Amino acid sequence: MQYLLLIYENEKRFATGYDPAEMKEYMAFGETYGKAIKGGNALQATTTATTVRVRDGKRLTTDGPFAETKEQLGGYYLVEANNLDDAIEIAGKIPGARTGCVEVRPIETFS
Amino acid sequence: MIELEDVFRMEWGRILSALISVLGDFDLAEEALQEAFSCAVAEWATETPRNPRAWLYTTARHKAIDTIRRRANFAEKQTELVVLEELRTIGAAKIEEDSTVPDERLRLIFTCCHPALPPEAQVALTLRTLCGLTTEEIAHAFLLPTPTIAQRLVRAKTKIRKAAIPYRVPLAPDVPERLSVVMAVVYLVFNEGYAAAHGDALVRHELCTEAIRLTRLLRALLQAPYPELDALLALMLLHDSRRSTRVNADGELVLLADQDRTRWNQAQIDEGCALVQSAFQAGPIGPYAIEAAIAALHAKAACPEETDWSQISALYGRLFALHRSPVVALNHAVALSMAEGPEAALPLVEALQSALEDYHLWHATRADLLRRLGRTTEAVCCYQRALELTQNEVERRFLNRRLEELS
Repeated sequence: MQYLLLIYENEKRFATGYDPAEMKEYMAFGETYGKAIKGGNALQATTTATTVRVRDGKRLTTDGPFAETKEQLGGYYLVEANNLDDAIEIAGKIPGARTGCVEVRPIETFS
Repeated sequence: MIELEDVFRMEWGRILSALISVLGDFDLAEEALQEAFSCAVAEWATETPRNPRAWLYTTARHKAIDTIRRRANFAEKQTELVVLEELRTIGAAKIEEDSTVPDERLRLIFTCCHPALPPEAQVALTLRTLCGLTTEEIAHAFLLPTPTIAQRLVRAKTKIRKAAIPYRVPLAPDVPERLSVVMAVVYLVFNEGYAAAHGDALVRHELCTEAIRLTRLLRALLQAPYPELDALLALMLLHDSRRSTRVNADGELVLLADQDRTRWNQAQIDEGCALVQSAFQAGPIGPYAIEAAIAALHAKAACPEETDWSQISALYGRLFALHRSPVVALNHAVALSMAEGPEAALPLVEALQSALEDYHLWHATRADLLRRLGRTTEAVCCYQRALELTQNEVERRFLNRRLEELS
């Protein structure tokens, strides 16, 4: 099974850049779960986000993220895990889980 | 002749847990077991099998094999064919040789009470799978439309499948956290049965019985002792010991002080008190242990006047330190009013106004204190407000009686 671990945090925390100590923690996390991690990225702030929707065949482009919330999607990992418990275990080790939260979403497979 | 209904109650959860383990599919397991019971109705009429549990398990497995075969014919699903193969080989050989059915109920209960499922779904799924209650029975017990419960069950089972919630007992370090979710579910089932709030008495009684049964089962199946689990069992036994005296023949609510204590279930009280004691000795003392200790103090008093209110008040204080809820604070105030008098408790109750203004028992408590202080006009006002806020027929009648006494 693959799961997408979506890291939500208050992005104001990163307004003046990333904390080097935390970056080190992310590196360590990446090494520990190197085998499970299939991909991942940090995202730029939601001020850079653009939302696209198509209605009645017309494309509508708006500024900002899809939903304004207290916490924003700031990054993600794609991981391989045997089951939800194992994915939760990995999610709990992401440094951002301590300040924000991590949403665990199973990847849909189309047969 | 064995009563099939008893077998159903006793065996449903256990056999289902074993079936889910081999089939890896809640729905398939449930359908197969349902069919096996249907067959039993016809076949056991003439001859009851030597080992009903093994008979049901084997029959259900054959039913599942039939279903998988039928599905496979249409869809040719690879995975189901693999399961089928496994069922034929391992399953069949193992079961036919010795007639024991593996007990996988611990896996089942931890899966049903997985924190990734919403609490109301955990409750419904536990009652459906472990206790064998039908969707209609669950809906009836919770006074909800059957389709609502059906939808909860479908969504929960879909999430188990799609998010791959594992069918297993959590690893040792995770057990305490996961067990607290299981205990919350069990206690919710119990409270739903215990609350005089609504529904018919028989169904409610059944929920209490199931909650106690599940807790006993958990204690038997878990390898290590968990004092909070003992405390939870104690708490439920002690509350349940008063069941028959809580409502009189006319369906009127009877207050603790007015209950016929000779009719309290002494065996349950004894067992409950012993469990509380051992839970306190083992520690750490959690909220269930404190609540159980309070219930034990009530149960031990031969008459209302002998109730050790100062200790009860102290225990509520301790509970509040663990769980800062306004309802606990309200209970603390009530105990204090019994230990030290209504004037000591009234300011505490009034301080909770903003938090509990919409809670009928806050108004009823305040009314009672004012009544005891002789402030009748204010008491009447409070009883009336409580009356406006409660939906519960039994409680409404009680409040009306109080109002009549004051006028």
